[in-house]
Amino acid sequence: MRTRALALRIIRQFVRDKRTLALLFLAPLLVLTLMNFVFNGQSVKLHIGAVSLPEPIESRLERADADIVPYSSMDEAEDALRDGKLDAIVSIDHGAPSLLLEGSDPSVSRSVLVVLQKALQAEAPNAPQLRVSYLHGEEGLTSFDSFGPVLIGFFSFFFVFLLAGVAFLRERTTGTLERLLATPIRRSEIVGGYLTGFGLFTLLQAALIAVYSIYVLGMYMDGSIWLVLLMNLLLTLTALTLGTLLSSYATTEFQIIQFIPLVIVPQVFFSGLFNLDAMNPWLQKLSYIMPLYYGADAMRGIMIRGEGFADIRTDVCILLGFSVAFALLNVVALKKQRAI
Amino acid sequence: MTSDLVAPKPPVVEIDGLTRSFGGRTVLDGITLRIGRGELFGLLGPSGSGKTTLIKLLTGMDKADSGTVRMLGERLPKLAMMHRFGYMAQADALYNELTARENLLFFASLYGLAGSRRNERIRAAMGVVDLLDHLNKPVAAYSGGMKRRLSLAIALLHEPELLVLDEPTVGIDPALRQSIWKELLALRQAGTTIVLTTHVMDEADKCDRIGLLRDGRLTAVDSPEALKARSGAQTIEEAFIALGGGVRT
Ligand SMILES: Nc1ncnc2c1ncn2[C@@H]1O[C@H](COP(=O)(O)OP(=O)(O)OP(=O)(O)O)[C@@H](O)[C@H]1O
Ligand SMILES: [Mg+2]
Repeated sequence: MRTRALALRIIRQFVRDKRTLALLFLAPLLVLTLMNFVFNGQSVKLHIGAVSLPEPIESRLERADADIVPYSSMDEAEDALRDGKLDAIVSIDHGAPSLLLEGSDPSVSRSVLVVLQKALQAEAPNAPQLRVSYLHGEEGLTSFDSFGPVLIGFFSFFFVFLLAGVAFLRERTTGTLERLLATPIRRSEIVGGYLTGFGLFTLLQAALIAVYSIYVLGMYMDGSIWLVLLMNLLLTLTALTLGTLLSSYATTEFQIIQFIPLVIVPQVFFSGLFNLDAMNPWLQKLSYIMPLYYGADAMRGIMIRGEGFADIRTDVCILLGFSVAFALLNVVALKKQRAI
Repeated sequence: MTSDLVAPKPPVVEIDGLTRSFGGRTVLDGITLRIGRGELFGLLGPSGSGKTTLIKLLTGMDKADSGTVRMLGERLPKLAMMHRFGYMAQADALYNELTARENLLFFASLYGLAGSRRNERIRAAMGVVDLLDHLNKPVAAYSGGMKRRLSLAIALLHEPELLVLDEPTVGIDPALRQSIWKELLALRQAGTTIVLTTHVMDEADKCDRIGLLRDGRLTAVDSPEALKARSGAQTIEEAFIALGGGVRT
């Protein structure tokens, strides 16, 4: 009854606050759309300078989506490379093919190598043709498809963390929390009310982000949308409980912002967006205390590898554990405001 | 238990040897106080003397470092006792995005009011503070005095037997202040016990008894007349300065 009254009040306040609603619902979509444009655009057209290249190789390269510019001398081509007009120069040096890469963008270098290898391989008909197939995903899987699931989880987490933290802080700094605590409400009812009231919006947000990414942005999706929703909801619940908990240790909105580099940014590094294989194994273990690590792992599993519930059960349990633990700590932290 | 009281009914508030300090600084020091049923008790004291701190302790929102607080015979802090008093904080704690009605609905639900009884109480409480015409306005559009009155209405919602009001009439114009005092006196007639803090001397004059708080100590507790007589002063203000200033009588 009291929990419901509190949840209802939070929902009413939320609906009146159009800007916050927009931040919660539109900002993640906007950022995801931008990310989509950046990482999912047309594959970059490579510019390759050719110095005294045999005609068959040149035409093969042309067909492999590269813009071939013939140069008569190496010096001329190198000037163009330095001016940024070319990504690489291919030449025949003493009978052997040689490649000079511009090199400042590793992903471009890699593309050049792939294109060149294909072209050269086809020129040597007696070499066995390499057949390429994919265990997960497909040839068209872009980098957006591969880290998209992590982004979905991340944005749900980030925005809910921020909003829940600020909302709970505001309740404290405006004195309404103290006023609330002068009524017969239990501390657990306050936490429950916040979870229910905010939970409704986080549920909507999680669903909106997932559906938009998959059906509008066309993110690669091999699993069940319901599992994606479940994972997203669990992540936002963790963000909600963590945000309100940490807001007990902040006295201004700005201090909530200060939690971002402390709490949010490290999670990004451990969420699977970056390959951690090169990191000290002891440091790698830090990922086990990061909620986003489990969320991202499960989201990737579902969306790219088509995993079912059995495969993500551990992640589900751990995130639930995080939420319950943070919620209980919240109840304890409220003791600071009222003795009982 | 305590038989030294003249009043036949048990005290509503019993405070014994109450001490509270914040970070090593003692804010309340050995407060002992009884407030009887149906009494209108005023706490008077300069800014920072510990009035609000005392109010929070006698409602059980805060916990004493030593000493005991009892409300209606029950040792505080105790959650069940939160039902028994109505509280008005020194700073208006209202939800500005919501209308007055929504604020009232929320607090009424917290006290377990529902249905037609809830609507009835909302109308009654808003009638007392003369805000019935502004029930559906968002609180953000209220003036300072209107917010104060809405806070008072919230304290009255569940018809508590004890009202605890921290500076209830700050920012309210004289005419309205008078009408609020009329209501407070009527509530007292009906048997409600009222504890309030104030800076306004003529308000102190209307109280049954006043407690003078100074640097965390209760320097005097008595009826306004007795205090004036004791300090040989004409007005409460003079008595306040004489007694509060540490002049012994
Ligand atoms: N939570 C707290 N932490 C630290 N100090 C506090 C706290 N609450 C009150 N104090 C200190 O206790 C003293 C008494 O404060 P209190 O609010 O009770 O004064 P007051 O009599 O209500 O003053 P005013 O008339 O201005 O409202 C002040 O010096 C204040 O700084
Ligand atoms: Mg005060």
